[in-house]
Amino acid sequence: MAGKVKWVTDIEKSVLINNFEKRGWIQVTENEDWNFYWMSVQTIRNVFSVETGYRLSDDQIVNHFPNHYELTRKDLMVKNIKRYRKELEKEGSPLAEKDENGKYLYLDFVPVTYMLPADYNLFVEEFRKSPSSTWIMKPCGKAQGKGIFLINKLSQIKKWSRDSKTSSFVSQSSKEAYVISLYISNPLLIGGRKFDLRLYVLVSTYRPLRCYMYKLGFCRFCTVKYTPSTSELDNMFVHLTNVAIQKHGDDYNHIHGGKWTVSNLRLYLESTRGKEVTSKLFDEIHWIIVQSLKAVAPVMNNDKHCFECYGYDIIIDDRLKPWLIEVNASPSLTSSTANDRILKYNLINDTLNIAVPNGEIPDCKWNKSPPKEVLGNYEILYDEELAQGDGADRELRSRPGQSLGPKGSRSRDSGRTGLTTWK
Amino acid sequence: MLQEESDLSLIIAHIVQKLKGSSLYAQLERQAWTSLQRPEIKLESLKEDIKKFFKISGWEKKLQNAVYSELSVFPLPSHPAAPPEHLKEPLVYMRKAQGSWEKRILKSLNSMCTELSIPLARKRPVGEQKELLNKWNEMGTDEPDLSLFRPVYAPKDFLEVLINLRNPNYENGDSLSFRTHLGLIQVPLKVKDIPELKESFVELSLNTGQLGIDDSTQVPPELFENEHVRIGQKVLEEQDSAAAQQYIRQGSPTALRAELWTLILNISSQPEDILYYEQLKTNVIQHDLLVDSLIYKDVKLTASNDDYYFVFEDYLYQVLLCFSRDTSVLSHFAYNSASPPKSYIRGKLGLEEYAVFYPPNGVIPFHGFSMYVAPLCFLYHEPSKLYQIFREMYVRFFFRLHSISSHPSGIVSLCLLFETLLQTYLPQLFYHLREIGAQPLRISFKWMVRAFSGYLATDQLLLLWDRILGYNSLEILAVLAAAVFAFRAVNLMEVTSLAAAEAVLADLSTLKVMPLLQIFLFATVT
Repeated sequence: MAGKVKWVTDIEKSVLINNFEKRGWIQVTENEDWNFYWMSVQTIRNVFSVETGYRLSDDQIVNHFPNHYELTRKDLMVKNIKRYRKELEKEGSPLAEKDENGKYLYLDFVPVTYMLPADYNLFVEEFRKSPSSTWIMKPCGKAQGKGIFLINKLSQIKKWSRDSKTSSFVSQSSKEAYVISLYISNPLLIGGRKFDLRLYVLVSTYRPLRCYMYKLGFCRFCTVKYTPSTSELDNMFVHLTNVAIQKHGDDYNHIHGGKWTVSNLRLYLESTRGKEVTSKLFDEIHWIIVQSLKAVAPVMNNDKHCFECYGYDIIIDDRLKPWLIEVNASPSLTSSTANDRILKYNLINDTLNIAVPNGEIPDCKWNKSPPKEVLGNYEILYDEELAQGDGADRELRSRPGQSLGPKGSRSRDSGRTGLTTWK
Repeated sequence: MLQEESDLSLIIAHIVQKLKGSSLYAQLERQAWTSLQRPEIKLESLKEDIKKFFKISGWEKKLQNAVYSELSVFPLPSHPAAPPEHLKEPLVYMRKAQGSWEKRILKSLNSMCTELSIPLARKRPVGEQKELLNKWNEMGTDEPDLSLFRPVYAPKDFLEVLINLRNPNYENGDSLSFRTHLGLIQVPLKVKDIPELKESFVELSLNTGQLGIDDSTQVPPELFENEHVRIGQKVLEEQDSAAAQQYIRQGSPTALRAELWTLILNISSQPEDILYYEQLKTNVIQHDLLVDSLIYKDVKLTASNDDYYFVFEDYLYQVLLCFSRDTSVLSHFAYNSASPPKSYIRGKLGLEEYAVFYPPNGVIPFHGFSMYVAPLCFLYHEPSKLYQIFREMYVRFFFRLHSISSHPSGIVSLCLLFETLLQTYLPQLFYHLREIGAQPLRISFKWMVRAFSGYLATDQLLLLWDRILGYNSLEILAVLAAAVFAFRAVNLMEVTSLAAAEAVLADLSTLKVMPLLQIFLFATVT
């Protein structure tokens, strides 16, 4: 099929549009014949909703999976991971092994989380076990740090208890649902500041799972010194690392934007903590990303017209354990600094190279296996076909002497068995 | 033979005298006393037994490291009758130039002080002291009004002084010859050429493995990296300063770097060192100095805006404010051509009994000074350790980058070395840049004064500083500067103005230091 790719978007961001234009693609509107639509999450809801009866043809590609919210809504992500763990436990997989305290050895990467108001009583039980702990309340459907607050007293969330006790439970509108998670009060601090990691992960298909990790992730630092002191619980500049919030702090700097590259982080950790623990940390980060994708793979609508680029938010605690905080379906494409703009431009560029091979009109039936040369700054994170095919180590970035080695190889075996049962 | 012997005994006497005053001496004495209780120490062979004990327990190694440290840092008097000024700087005209430069700086500082009606020093009221103590870990969030403060001087002001340096005993003649130096520096100091540099930096040659080259992902680690790491661990186990210095010439593995630098600089974190740092912190809390504002301003202008170092802003204050008050730094002026500025207690101008050094450590910070500390924050996160390492780096190396002297690692020699290398080995480029009014030194000066901090990516910078420690010399800065020009020569030949040349050389963050150095020294046709 000759002709240039016709693109549509409802997100007016230069990093996107410049990438389309440099490929010589033609901009069209939604109502015309289009091949590539980079849509916002609201739009994808409409496209795949039952009422509109939208049918995508073979030469049309979109940038979201229809039910991405299984991974990207905070409550559903937790639900899917919990379900995944229980399944592995039921089939006796070594992955689901627990320690003497009942904590999962390899799958404990999400902080203890409950849905409110549904799990209110369960939460209270847990809260009473460690009453001096701090918890973070997050609205399920919002982003950019909106509506988040911290609590350390039950009285601060009385509202939800009242609702759950007095009203017979009718399905709440999803906008009012919250998740409450154990707040990681011992985050790893650098220069006395809290930070989190933003990593980009591209998924081209869920079954078989094929995902890529962008090598150039970054750390987002809070502008104010971290203090676990209770008086600062309300100061969102101390606790939330979202740039949308930090941007309004007094000390926000527009040159570096409070961001560090992941390679800076690596250099710092290797220099101050040693090479082994740093490699182990990064291996674990890859591990939890792959596990989270495996957890939602069975429930994902693996529509062949779709690919998706997720923004993973990860926090590292002071024992160098990584925690998955959330996954974003629509990572921000706004650039806060010059470096940022370059990074996001390249991110989209490499994403398009993988999702739309050769920049030509796509055929959604293709095998979604791009040649190595087009990966750009992406690296294969996990390729299920390859992992099953020759049993070779594709799961984690191959590095001699990785400390997840023995555990990793064991998991690959059981991973394969796990997948065959799903199939 | 006799001359050498008397030189040696002079050296020994000098070192013994220095070490007797150190805490190591007290520790050794204490160890010797307690060792008397050991069964193997017998009265008849007391001396031998104690010496044996020291050898086995590692104390002899510590002593060895201390002696080695002294030899590296302190230049030894070349002649017993040489006056102390010669230790600072043997050439009179250089001493004079440094003296008048210092007068200018002090005048600038004093006039700022008068204009702003701020005292050079004042005691803080108790309330302010408490506040500062509470904020000690986050001084970066303080936003004092610094708009009226200007840095006392910037590197380019210093460059102008160096350009005007002349040796009154040297007559160049007006006629141009092939020997005429076309650069900005016009003093006749001896600098090395490439054959001599190849000899000095023999461990950087093409046949020797290097970190920064042979540890890249394409090279299998069995070829060099694994063995090198293994040797590094062994060096650390042995705790041998001299071996560490030799080892690090091929670069340091990231995980071992912090410890290796500690060993080479002979820093031991004894309780008294931590106590000393705490004492300095107390001094900061109790008294406010004018230079504090200069430090704040410098950090805000430089490190706070840097992609790599902004995270460590607060550590920089904690180190630099203490540094200004550290009088032990004054001892380095014995071998620094500079002298600490003197100030007088109010109302007692000119009366020597009321003279104090200002700031207490005698070092007035200039624009970019905080960048000497910033890279170290990637290695040390414990404030007193970070402080000790920085102080030692300063009194061994950094001070030479902003004082006028004839020392081969002094900034004057570095500038001359840079220009000579360029003129000799890249004459076409040098001539072209000169013709368009873009003297190369005008661009590279700021790199060298800052030891490339803030210009290179941090991992590359640390590989460069590995070699500074390994060779105990700053000459590598000049070689790297020339290598950068050589690397970008093609683009530079096309430019037609100073601004365009600056633009070509504005961004060094993607450069890989070791390949550049290796190619320039060992693979260029000379």
